[in-house]
This record gives sequence, structure tokens and C-alpha cells, in this order.
Amino acid sequence: MVKRLSYLLFACFMLSLTSVFGQDTARTVTEAVQQQNTETGPVNEFFRSNAKIYVPMGILVIIFIAIVLYLVRLDRRLTKLEKE
Amino acid sequence: MAKNWWKIACVLILLYVIIGGFSVKVPSIGNNQQAARSIFFHLPMWMCMYTLLAISVVNSVWYLATNDLRRDIRASSAGSIGVLFGMMGFATGMLWSTYTWGGTIVNDPKQMTTAIALTIYMAYLVLRLSFTDLDKRARVSAIFNVFAFALLIPLTYIIPRMVESLHPGSATSPGFSSQDTAGTIKMVLWPAFLGWTLLGIWIYTLRNRYKRLVLKNILHG
Repeated sequence: MVKRLSYLLFACFMLSLTSVFGQDTARTVTEAVQQQNTETGPVNEFFRSNAKIYVPMGILVIIFIAIVLYLVRLDRRLTKLEKE
Repeated sequence: MAKNWWKIACVLILLYVIIGGFSVKVPSIGNNQQAARSIFFHLPMWMCMYTLLAISVVNSVWYLATNDLRRDIRASSAGSIGVLFGMMGFATGMLWSTYTWGGTIVNDPKQMTTAIALTIYMAYLVLRLSFTDLDKRARVSAIFNVFAFALLIPLTYIIPRMVESLHPGSATSPGFSSQDTAGTIKMVLWPAFLGWTLLGIWIYTLRNRYKRLVLKNILHG
């Protein structure tokens, strides 16, 4: 009984949390859309130049580096297994 | 480390290709516009597929000559990674054609014959799964692989060059000869061929080593 009640309370707590955070994120998103990132500096200006084409380029570089790191780790593990 | 220099070279070349592919100036022709940059990633997939499937068929023939099961493992690993790259090439081509040719699968002969060739290679991979006896599997699939490669080249390379096609390098459209391609594109495209092919070979060697570990007891017993 106590267990069930605590589950119910926990569920209510989580639900209230989502509504609170839901409102907050919604507001943050609208605010973010309204006020664009206007920070200056060479890096920011580079990524904003040429209709922001360098943003997807950076995304591809990140994905590629992650895949390569995974391959390197797999390679090392195989080498270790082969030596056994 | 000394044996792995080509993996480092592959990563450096591909970083150059990704950064260069988005940065160089490409001529904006027709409705291709900036989608022309897709060539740095779409075309190398096919070059990588050809290389891996050639490795696969060479090892299949080698198996038939020597009956060495390690050759069969090489052939199957190269075959499956080759099909993976072929499917990536097909998927990227589908996205590209949706926004330039006006359809995901259009009546383009190269797209159709490539689909047929890829299906034949998928049949090769399915055929391998249908055997329980290792030697029988190796022999039958090696023979199938020779026929599959003998179909791949005419289907994806010769026929599309003889008929009208939307792809470059057909009977009615220019290919990639020295006069037709902008210098900036070639500056990135040739390294892209090398880099993506090396990446494919790297993944193939990893799969090959894994499969050899799985069959270790049979190979050395």
C-alpha cells in the first residue's frame, strides 16, 4: 500500500516536473528564435558566413571523427584478441 | 603504428574532403546549384564498392585455386562491405535525384541497372547464409561471386554508357574528362576517391579479422 502510494506520488511529481520544464523549454525556444546568436569573434563569424553552410560541415566533421574513433578502438581490440 | 600509416592518411584525406567539399567554389549549373557538392560523397561510394567487390572476386577465384578457407573469408567480408558502400551510394543518389531530377527512383538506366547489380550481390550474401557446410558454402558462393562480378561491370559501367541517361558519362551527356569538370571539383574529387576507398578497405580488414577470429579453431585445426 505504502509502495503503491509512493509510486503514485512519484508519478505526480514527475508529471508536474514535465509541465514545469515543458513551459520553460517552450519559452526558451521562442526566446532563442527571437534573439539570434550575435556573438562576434572570428569563429562565430566564420560559421555564420556563406548562409551558414559551415554549420553542416562542422556537423559532418564531428560525425566522421566519432566514427573514426570507434573504428580505431575496434581495431585495437581486435589486435589485442589476435595476440591472445 | 608503422603498418597503420595508411589509416592515418585515410582520416586526414577525408577530413580534407569534408572541409574542402563544403568550402570550394563549385559552378552553379541548371537546377543542380549547390547540390553539385554531393559528388564528393556520392561518387566515391561507387569507387569504393568497385574496389571492394574486385577484392572479393579475386579472393573467390583464389579460393577455387587453393581451397584455402581464409580466402573465402576475405571474399565474403569484402563482398558485404562492398554491398554496404553500394547501398550508401544508392541512398545518396536517391536523395540527390529527388531534388535535381524530380524523382527518387527515375527512369534512369544507370539507377536501374545498379539496383539490379546490388540485388545480385545481396543474393550472394543470402546464398552464403543457406549452407551449413563450410567448404560447400565457400565453393558454391565463390562461383556465384564470379558470375555476379561478371554482371556488375556490364550492368553498371558499360550499358549506362551506351544508352541515354541523366547521369554524366552516358551516350548523350559529357563525362568527367579534363575539359568538362571545374578545377575546384577535381581538386577535391580525386582525393575523395582515394580517401573513401581507403576507409572501405579499413572496415573490410576489420570485418575480415573478426571473422577469422570466429573461425580460428577450424582454420588452425
